[in-house]
Amino acid sequence: MNKLLTRNSAPAIDLPKKTFRQRVVTDFRKHWVVYAIALLCLSYYFVFRYAPMGGLAIAFKNYRPARGLWGSKWVGFKWFEQFFSSYYFPRLLRNTLTINLMSLLIGSTLPIFLALLLNEVRSSAYKRTVQTVTYMPHFVSLVVACGIVLDILSYDGLFNQILSLFGVQPILFSNVPEYFPWIYVFSDVWQNLGYNSIVYLAALSSINVELFDAAAIDGCNRFQRVWHVTIPGILPTIILLLLMKVGSMMSVGYEKIILLYNDAVLERADVFSSFVYRYGMLGGNYSYSAAVDLFNNVVNILLLVIFNGVSRKISDISLW
Amino acid sequence: MKRRQASPEQWNYGQISLSSRIFDTANYIFLFLLCVLMIYPLWYVLCCSFSDPALLMRHSGILLWPLDFSFAGYEKVLNYKQLWNSYVVTIFVVIAGTAMNMLFSILFAFVLSRKGMMWHKLITGLAVFTMYFSGGMIPTYLVVKSVGLYDTVWAMIIPGLISTYNCIILRTAFYGIPDSLEESAKIDGAGDLRVLFTICVPLIVPSIATVALFYAVGHWNSWSAALLYIRDEKLMPLQMVLRALLIQGEAIEVTGGQDLQTELNNMLLKYVVIVVSTIPILCVYPFIQRFFTKGVMIGAVKG
Repeated sequence: MNKLLTRNSAPAIDLPKKTFRQRVVTDFRKHWVVYAIALLCLSYYFVFRYAPMGGLAIAFKNYRPARGLWGSKWVGFKWFEQFFSSYYFPRLLRNTLTINLMSLLIGSTLPIFLALLLNEVRSSAYKRTVQTVTYMPHFVSLVVACGIVLDILSYDGLFNQILSLFGVQPILFSNVPEYFPWIYVFSDVWQNLGYNSIVYLAALSSINVELFDAAAIDGCNRFQRVWHVTIPGILPTIILLLLMKVGSMMSVGYEKIILLYNDAVLERADVFSSFVYRYGMLGGNYSYSAAVDLFNNVVNILLLVIFNGVSRKISDISLW
Repeated sequence: MKRRQASPEQWNYGQISLSSRIFDTANYIFLFLLCVLMIYPLWYVLCCSFSDPALLMRHSGILLWPLDFSFAGYEKVLNYKQLWNSYVVTIFVVIAGTAMNMLFSILFAFVLSRKGMMWHKLITGLAVFTMYFSGGMIPTYLVVKSVGLYDTVWAMIIPGLISTYNCIILRTAFYGIPDSLEESAKIDGAGDLRVLFTICVPLIVPSIATVALFYAVGHWNSWSAALLYIRDEKLMPLQMVLRALLIQGEAIEVTGGQDLQTELNNMLLKYVVIVVSTIPILCVYPFIQRFFTKGVMIGAVKG
C-alpha cells in the first residue's frame, strides 16, 4: 500500500533488492540539494528549539551563570518539590484554570453566536460591513489594546465617567483582584470575537444547501432550520475547537497577563507563565522557574494528547 | 457555475412570516450595536487625540467628536525622538525579519513537501514536535545569550526564524501542485532549486502572501523578544516604547517641551501615540483582511 503511494517507488519488476546503504546513497544522490536545505533549516531547529530543550536540564540543577550549565550541581527534583509545597502552586493553578474556564465559557461560545447571527443576515453588504468592523480590533496590537482597556477602566477613565452619570462612585477596576479575570476575558472578546467567528462562518458555508431545501419542504420554519440543520452542520467544528481549548486548559500566555496586571491584583492575575517571567527573568531564579515552566509544559502536552485521543474516539477528528 | 451558499438570501420558501421579520429587524439592530461597541474604543481614542487637552481634562462621559479640533498633540509628537527611533527599529525588523522568515520558510516547506525523500517523516516529525513542546522561556533565553544574539537587533529576528505552523500552510500549498509539472521540468533538466523557484513558488503566490502577512504583522506587534533579549534603549521596537508609555505610565520626554501643562500634554500624547502607531496597520487592514481570513481557513484544514 505504502509502496504504491511513494512517488519514487521502484517499477514492479523483480530487481535485486538494494541494501539499506545503497538506498541511502541513491536517495542522497537524487535529493542532495533538498538535504542541504534541510540541514540548513534543521540547524535552526537544533539551536533555537532543541538546544533549549536540552537546557531544561537546569530545572534539575542548581544553575549558576558563573559555573555554566555543565559546572552546576545536580539537585534532582528539589525545585519541583519546593514549588509544589509553596503557596504559589495552588494560587497559580486556580488562576490559570479560572481564566481558561471563563474564556472557554465566554470567549469560545460568543463567536459561534455571532457566526449564527451573521448567517441569518439577508443583505450581503451589511454582513460584510459587520465582519469588517468586528475583525478590526484584532489588528490593533496587544500592547495598544491593553493600553486602551486600562485607560478606559482607569479611575477617571471613560467607564467611570459613564458610571458616575448613574451616581456610582468611581472604582479603579484594574486594581480590584476579583475583576481581573473578567477584564482579561472581555478584552479578549473585544479583540477576537469577529476573528474567531471566521472558522464557524467557513463551516457554515460548507453545509450542503440541499439540506436546507429539504428541511423547508418538510415544513421547518427558519428557527427549526437553524436548530436541525445549521447547528448539526457546524457541530464537528465546535467540538474540535472546544477540545483544543480544553487541551490547552493549563496554559495562559504571559504577554497579556503582564500587560494587564499590577502588584495589587497579583493574587488573582498571576499564572504559571507570568510567574516564570517574574521569577526567572526579573528575579534571576533560573533553575526554579525553568522547573515551573517544564512542569507546565509537560501538563500541557499530556492534556493535549489525552483530549486529542478523546476527539479521535468520538468524532474522528485529530490534530495529528 | 457559482456554488450556492447556505445564506438566507436565496431562501424564498413562500412568504416571509411576521416572526421571521421581527427576528431580522432585531438581528440587524443587535449587530449594529455590536459594531458600535467594538469600534467605539478606537473612535474614542481618535477623538481624544484631536481634542484640546484642557477641555478634554474637564470633559466627562462619551465623546462623539473631538473637543475643539486641534493638532496640538500631533505637533508635539513630532519631537518625540524615542518614538520615531523605535519606529525605525520596528520597520527594519518587519522588513528584514519577514524577508528572512519567508526565505527560510519557503525552503523548509519545500523540504517538508518532498514525500519521496527517505528521511522525510523524521524531518517532519522533528519540526512538528516543536509545535507542542518547547524548552520554555529561561533555557531559550540562555541559548540566545550564549550564541551572542543578546542585545542585538537580530535577537528579534533569528530566534523566531521559522514558524512550523506557517511552514505547514506553505507545505499544504506545495502539495496542491500537480506532480506532472515538476516532473516535466525535471525531464527538461531543472534541478531542485530551479523547480522550487521557477515552478512551485509562482504557483502558490496567494499562500505566500498570506504567510508573509502573518510574519509581518507578527513582527509589527511583537514585543516579547525585545522584552527578554534587548536592553539597549536605542534598539527598543515600537511596541516596547508603547508599553512603557501606556502600561507603565512612563512620562513622555519631548525635547524642547518646556511646558507648564506637562501633565495635560502627557495625557493627550498618550492618545496621539496610540493613533500614530496604529494607523499604519489599520490603513492596510482592509486590503489584507481577505488574506487573513484565508489564512484562518488554511490553518483549519488538517495539514
